[in-house]
Amino acid sequence: MNTRARLAKRVTFIFGSILAFAYVTPFLLVFLNSVKLKPEILENPLSLPVSITWENFQEALTKMNFFRSLTNSIIISVLSVSLLIVFSSMLAYYLARTKTKSTKYIFLILVTSMIVPFQALMIPFMARFAPFVSWNNRAALIFFYIGFGVALSTFLYHGFISTIPTEIDEAASIDGASDMVAFWKIIFPMMRPITATVAIINALWIWNDFLLPRLVLTEESQTLPLSTYLFYGQYSIEYGQAMAGLVLAVLPIVIFYLILQKQFISGISQGAVK
Amino acid sequence: MRSKRNAKKFLKFATIPLSIFTVVLVVPFLNGFYYTFTDWDGFEATKFVGISNYTKSFQDPTFWSTLRFTSLFVVVSLIAVNVVAFGLALIVTSKLRSRNILRTFFFVPNLIGGVILGVIWQFIFNSALVSLANKYDWELFKESWLQDTNKAFWALIIVTVWQSSGYMMIVYITGLVSIETEVLEASQIDGASPMRTLLAIKVPLMAQAFTIALFLTLRAGFMAYDVNVALTGGGPFRTTELISMHIFQDAFLNGNFGTGQSKAVIMFLMVAIAALVQVSVSKRYEVQR
Repeated sequence: MNTRARLAKRVTFIFGSILAFAYVTPFLLVFLNSVKLKPEILENPLSLPVSITWENFQEALTKMNFFRSLTNSIIISVLSVSLLIVFSSMLAYYLARTKTKSTKYIFLILVTSMIVPFQALMIPFMARFAPFVSWNNRAALIFFYIGFGVALSTFLYHGFISTIPTEIDEAASIDGASDMVAFWKIIFPMMRPITATVAIINALWIWNDFLLPRLVLTEESQTLPLSTYLFYGQYSIEYGQAMAGLVLAVLPIVIFYLILQKQFISGISQGAVK
Repeated sequence: MRSKRNAKKFLKFATIPLSIFTVVLVVPFLNGFYYTFTDWDGFEATKFVGISNYTKSFQDPTFWSTLRFTSLFVVVSLIAVNVVAFGLALIVTSKLRSRNILRTFFFVPNLIGGVILGVIWQFIFNSALVSLANKYDWELFKESWLQDTNKAFWALIIVTVWQSSGYMMIVYITGLVSIETEVLEASQIDGASPMRTLLAIKVPLMAQAFTIALFLTLRAGFMAYDVNVALTGGGPFRTTELISMHIFQDAFLNGNFGTGQSKAVIMFLMVAIAALVQVSVSKRYEVQR
């Protein structure tokens, strides 16, 4: 029995390692080729570089306007996620604490709306919002993210608020705190774990989103996925540069993940239980 | 008194988010539904045209092939992603010492958007594999997979599995670790084999995780756009266009707003019906604890 269990463990280990290797191979391949010269890549994409060159990165940095796209991505993601946290936590607090027929219906509508794919409304959406978009496309995009993200975020907060006893609110109101003060000073800090979940789920979605930015943003306001896609389209024959561009596009989020790995995993599993 | 206070609270806490939600999501959604029965051209609707936009959509042969391709993609990706993700979750929740590192590796593709993943694999299928195949004489990869409709379909599946299995793995891990250890110990004492424990105890007790993972993959399958655009671009000859991309092309490139929108409504109905059926069927298997 013991030897069988050990054998099973060994088989799992070998199998798991092979799979893990398969999962990172595409990234390794991209990285490997990003430091090689074009003839070397064509000769054998698997070979180790004869001499490491950083030229590809220099070219890619300027041609895809890396720092501008990175800044755009950061501004749009940070603002959208922060506003989503503020608005949806407040809405969820109201819906969870005020138990009337109308709050029940509002909550139901929010939950049902999560099934609607963006594609089902993008055409009238773009027609309707064209003036807003041409006025300020970054602001418009942030506004849209709030609209599309508010349902899921409110839903997550709602589930969490229901576990906070109402006595806490009552105590605060007896002490003379207004609704707003009670919420921001007492309730909101108690929701740290679910705020982390809301932040991570929305940040991943907004950081990587492609379709909506593609419809809304112009060249100067491009986010990272958009500029990577266009850059690759233009320079895919310059393999080395294209690969360097991909490494640059992948790097920020992977570094972020490695720093906050625990929060990512627990955030997603929190979101999944609900 | 109470209702007055209530109204004030509503104003302070709910008006802004609810108005943004209504303007961004509800109004365009209802608008879009209404427009499909008119001669809307992207700017104005002058008269009702009945269901002619829908009949026109169904007369479009490329739409039928897109529907077939999308349905196949949804079914195959749903099965493949969940089987792989469940397997990964089992590996990562075993007693291996390296389980945390493995989990990190499996999750990484999920951090990166579909476009970038699609482009990475375009390089792999179009260049890396082809040049290796010619060097070592592998018949299977000599021609790029993206040049052939059937192989491009499998390429889409491979990339989708690679991308989303990590996320679904987390959902399954959450389900697996939520099972009480007493139950598992009891089954061990009763002499159940690991396979039997898995099928007769773990799977039924974590049925909720299946409901969620199946729902998420189903929805993602219908909505897939990024990987499609970046990997195959719909080619060769628009044979690998999933519904999302088809609608985008129809409306924004060909300017067919009426049929584009009616196809979008059809897509919505497909997603809604499929999700409803899936959730109500899965719910039946969930065990109350």
